[in-house]
Amino acid sequence: MTKQHCEGSFHLVGGEFTHAGAASSELKTILTGLGISAELVRRAAIATFEAEMNVIIHAAAGVIHYSVTPEKIQIVVSDMGPGIPDIGLAMTEGYSTAPDWVREMGWGAGMGLPNIKKNSDQLKVESVVGEGTTIEIMIIMKGGDAGEGE
Amino acid sequence: MKVNEMAGKLSLRVNTTKGDLDRDVTGCYISDLLSDVMANAQEGEVWITLQTHPNIVAVAVLKNLSGIIITNNRNPEGETLKKAEAEGIPIMLSASSTFETGGSLYRLLRC
Amino acid sequence: MTLRRIAEILDAEFLVTAGNPDTEIRSVCSSDLMSDLLHFAGKPKSLLITGLINNQVVRTAEIADIKAVVFVLNKKPDRETVSFAADKGIWLLATRLSRFTACGKLYGEGLRSCTEENGHD
Repeated sequence: MTKQHCEGSFHLVGGEFTHAGAASSELKTILTGLGISAELVRRAAIATFEAEMNVIIHAAAGVIHYSVTPEKIQIVVSDMGPGIPDIGLAMTEGYSTAPDWVREMGWGAGMGLPNIKKNSDQLKVESVVGEGTTIEIMIIMKGGDAGEGE
Repeated sequence: MKVNEMAGKLSLRVNTTKGDLDRDVTGCYISDLLSDVMANAQEGEVWITLQTHPNIVAVAVLKNLSGIIITNNRNPEGETLKKAEAEGIPIMLSASSTFETGGSLYRLLRC
Repeated sequence: MTLRRIAEILDAEFLVTAGNPDTEIRSVCSSDLMSDLLHFAGKPKSLLITGLINNQVVRTAEIADIKAVVFVLNKKPDRETVSFAADKGIWLLATRLSRFTACGKLYGEGLRSCTEENGHD
């Protein structure tokens, strides 16, 4: 089990696709370096990646804040975006508000929030239309997590 | 092979009621990118995709494709189905992945 | 099946080599949609067949632990994407075959999908 406490943040720029995913990738490296199991690292990376892409696709800017303790990995992604009018609907697989050009880049299939939920042990989504959205992802560390491998 | 026969042999669920199932399937194109289908799909081919939004019908009509197969148990949006019915484009659903649906069809068409 | 054998079957060229080409591939995904790949991520030693050539594909492969990516219809990513994949240790290949033919041939050889939810490894 990792005994370390570790936290940090990444700033995201909306519409910036060249480095999209870089934050999630770096987080993946950090978590791996802490000795967290491959399965938990993958879940954290996927959930963060989807949240990161939501910010880049829909928002003007955002920030990812992560915090790792021996008990859990917590990732909070906040953005200054359009907000989500109906969170329940947004959580439906296939529901997307992404424009067509985003679909042509391989995104916008409406799986983002469902994928985040699938990979989180706890998920909180708060949003105000016209102001932005905050997604809080929590992944619980099981005992003896480090070094279990795949 | 007709669309109807293909659907039966691949255990696809035909989602439309007015789609033309009597058309010949001349081949298959697999892509989830509309621009790619517009550029490369050939007339008469059946299109395998994960996309479910209404634009897929417009593309199928423009390219004169024999039908659309949506994979992974996804369902077309309501608007998509409506447009498909209006245009007579069969939409069929596969419970399998794109890889397996395409792979089975390849075998079926004896390519 | 080894990646080397897959390259032979698909008549594919290697754009990025990331180790020994006799490395084992156990399953195949075929999609141009990134979230779809992330939805089913978890099966090790998988290969992706796609027509999307942007850097997002490599990024998604990295996050989803996909080992190798085959681009179809001779589409090739730009130099930056190629070196990005090399940095991340992800194999990149290109085949002139269509996605349909590529899937068909590998399916015919017995490879199966990485998108079946029969439990994580």
